[in-house]
Amino acid sequence: MTFIGNKSDLKVVGTRPVRPDGVDKVTGRATFGADYTMPGMLMGRVKRSPHAHARIVSIDASKALALPGVKGVVTAADFPDIPSEEAFVGEGPMNFRDLSLNCIARGKVLYEGHAVAAVCAISDEVAAAACDLIDVTYEVLPHVIDVEAAMAPDAPLLHADMFTANVTPKPEKPSNIAKKVHFTVGDVAAGFAQADVIVEGHYSTQPVHQAYIEPHACIASAGADGQCHIISSSQGHFMIRAYVAKLLGMEMSNLKVTPAEIGGGFGGKTVVYLEPLALAMARKTGRPVKMVMTREDVFRATGPTSGAVIDVKLGATKDGIITAAQAVLKYQAGAFAGSPVQPGCMCAFAMYDLKNVDVVGYDVVSNRPKVAAYRAPGAPIASFAAESAVDDLARKLGMDPIALREKNAAKAGTKTAYGVTFAEIGYEQVLAAAKNHPHWKAPLGPNQGRGIATGFWFNIGGESSASVFINEDGSVNVVSGSPDIGGSRASMAMMAAEVLGIPVEHVRPIVADTASIGFTHVTGGSRVTYATGMATVQAAENVIEQLKTRAAMIWDIPPEAVEWKDGQAVPAGANAGGFDPLPLAAIALKAAKTGGPIGAEVSLNAQGAGPGFGAHICDVEVDKETGHVTVLRYTAVQDVGRAIHPSYVEGQIQGGAVQGIGWALNEEYVYNTKGLMDNAGFLDYRVPVASDLPMIEAVMVEVPNPRHPFGVRGVGEVPIVPPMAAVANAIRGALGIRMHALPMSPPKLRAAVDSGVG
Amino acid sequence: MSKIHVTTTVNGEPAEFLCQPGNSLLDALRDDLNLTGSKEGCSSGDCGACSVIVDGRLVCSCLMLAVEAEGKSITTIEGIANGDVLHPLQRKFLEHAALQCGFCTPGFLVAAKALLDHNPDPTETEARYWLAGNLCRCTGYDKIIRAVLDAAAEMRAGAPAGE
Ligand code: FES
Ligand code: FES
Repeated sequence: MTFIGNKSDLKVVGTRPVRPDGVDKVTGRATFGADYTMPGMLMGRVKRSPHAHARIVSIDASKALALPGVKGVVTAADFPDIPSEEAFVGEGPMNFRDLSLNCIARGKVLYEGHAVAAVCAISDEVAAAACDLIDVTYEVLPHVIDVEAAMAPDAPLLHADMFTANVTPKPEKPSNIAKKVHFTVGDVAAGFAQADVIVEGHYSTQPVHQAYIEPHACIASAGADGQCHIISSSQGHFMIRAYVAKLLGMEMSNLKVTPAEIGGGFGGKTVVYLEPLALAMARKTGRPVKMVMTREDVFRATGPTSGAVIDVKLGATKDGIITAAQAVLKYQAGAFAGSPVQPGCMCAFAMYDLKNVDVVGYDVVSNRPKVAAYRAPGAPIASFAAESAVDDLARKLGMDPIALREKNAAKAGTKTAYGVTFAEIGYEQVLAAAKNHPHWKAPLGPNQGRGIATGFWFNIGGESSASVFINEDGSVNVVSGSPDIGGSRASMAMMAAEVLGIPVEHVRPIVADTASIGFTHVTGGSRVTYATGMATVQAAENVIEQLKTRAAMIWDIPPEAVEWKDGQAVPAGANAGGFDPLPLAAIALKAAKTGGPIGAEVSLNAQGAGPGFGAHICDVEVDKETGHVTVLRYTAVQDVGRAIHPSYVEGQIQGGAVQGIGWALNEEYVYNTKGLMDNAGFLDYRVPVASDLPMIEAVMVEVPNPRHPFGVRGVGEVPIVPPMAAVANAIRGALGIRMHALPMSPPKLRAAVDSGVG
Repeated sequence: MSKIHVTTTVNGEPAEFLCQPGNSLLDALRDDLNLTGSKEGCSSGDCGACSVIVDGRLVCSCLMLAVEAEGKSITTIEGIANGDVLHPLQRKFLEHAALQCGFCTPGFLVAAKALLDHNPDPTETEARYWLAGNLCRCTGYDKIIRAVLDAAAEMRAGAPAGE
């Protein structure tokens, strides 16, 4: 069944009901990870490395264990030594051995904050005191922080067994370069030879943290029969189960994971940090163990996204046809391989229909926390460089930057550099909406500038499970395996209500634990409304078939003679008989007599999510004396496919745009010469606050995705892709200076004003 | 170390708890009084997730010692609604979709209530500066500011709270 064609027929999809979990969240009743307790619970703490790079000579926990109230200590010796093996339950590939070593260091610490031991005690105070009493002897090793320094032949090596993958012949010596990626189409040299105009730029960015306001938190318990339970705040409780079971050498069926409400993730909660430690200590002590990170731990020990150094070169004819695009991207992975350089390479020029493209990427380890996914992983920094260069190209050509993009826009049938051919996409519609928006033509004052930039994200599908149950009174429960990080329960309930033809108030959605619903991949990659939504829709359709069969039994006519309309069964035509419609509730009441409970579960692997495109227009005013940039006006246009709950789609766009503005102007990891982070707190790592910002206008363009019953495209990732270049291009307009390094903070702006180069 | 006995008023009800001298009011609320609606995002006064009102003043409960609650009157997120009738701010947050994950929401609601208690007719700029001590990473603040201004307008118009 598909509902795409006739938007006006939709009764629930596209409306803005109050979300089902809303009242709990405005009254303080919602329970997040740190809000849970269990009888007999202990509190756990992590002992972390004070060094950027060091060999662990010895760990002596005897003094800690002697402290009254301390119940147990674990170190790497308490965990199986896991061989290298790729895992695919998180967002992006993850090696189980690296994951294990990241959760608890074995032999070496690779960054400041790296966990070396964990302790549990009768209170948090005792656990903290015990942490201080654990004696760790280190042999400090030379460290390397910056990406290009880490690539140098004589750089301190993090992993003696790291040989750059994807290069032939295989390198003879290990290095910090984990992998090279390369996408090429056509012939860039020939493309540059055809160009009338060429622009080049050398860009750099710093790691930024997802900075979800809720620190990581979990509670774990273990029964004497080996049955274990974890309640934790994450983007995927099935991911937690898979990772923890592997790291502790358990069978998955012995571990149940219950999702707590999650206080933001943005990709950063698609891996485990505390859960394996908490469960290991729960098994060791026989008592539940709760662990909550401090904000400092979150900054130092959980994954930010990569910083990078990027070189871009573009060539175009004088009438604005881009003849060649070339880029080299060097991405920091943190202490273990796995930066998002591959998607960065794929996204850099994906908005354009190009004949000649060459993109090379490097995945580089250094003594920083291992990066984790962050909204559209890899794409924002690639786009910062590429879309800054496109802006320079427009200026050099004397063309309007939207017109230049229109000339080269990707459309249905465009083959990307990474090999995929786009089907229905909405980039041209997004550009048209931006061009026609009053913002694009509004006047600007002195020291003000306007920038535009665009962005792309694949969006993904993947494995999801959902079930729909009709209760005896005709009310409905929708159960899914996707943690709700921003209103997905609302959209599941709305899609089910739409299909069933009933008011959304009668549908109650929940997120079930790992033992109560089929496997569901993490909430990430903008996949939930698409894939879990598809499972929900199919389950609801299955339920309708059952309801029709039950009505047919009640009426004693063939099931084919029954239709489902507006929440009730009706005879299919005059020949079917003159029965009064049977509402869902009436059929539910008789379920016991017509075959028993009515419900269906659907597990699927959704393919072909619709790619998303956005265009952001930003006005800034630059104070040349202080270097401070004020964002005056911001408009974010995006193809959303179809908005199920428009308010939450707008919210995704506004939130993503503001994270991007923070990335552009303020946020960065600052390291000192010892390789230690200098700004591990919200005072010095400055995320945008309300007084920094104007209203963010979200403009939704709807080019329905034909692969989804309602036309859904993922919407959560795209909005963080364009902002950095949109802000940079606006600053270029205001100052006449191209800024090449993020963040474009006041000291950098001041220096650029003084020197005339950014 | 022996614990200190504190007698206070929370959401209009008498309350007492035992605490260590170094415990924060946030610890006491969450761990001793089981009022987990106030959240800990940083414990350094930078995120506002732990906002409560103490004798009419907006404070970060992570920065106030639990012992300082002695004899004070404290309002937490759990005390904003009137029984099962939501405060206009709570209702407007829901109507405007001013929350995504909802982790910052209790702090914003308490801070916004303190704003409207002081200034029933804030401008957008005043609301943005008053709420600048509360971090939200999900919403970009747009819908939060709209919800606060809309609630203020409704309250000024004298619409019965929580109809
Ligand atoms: S927890 Fe108190 S301000 Fe962040
Ligand atoms: S709604 Fe998530 S931090 Fe504000």
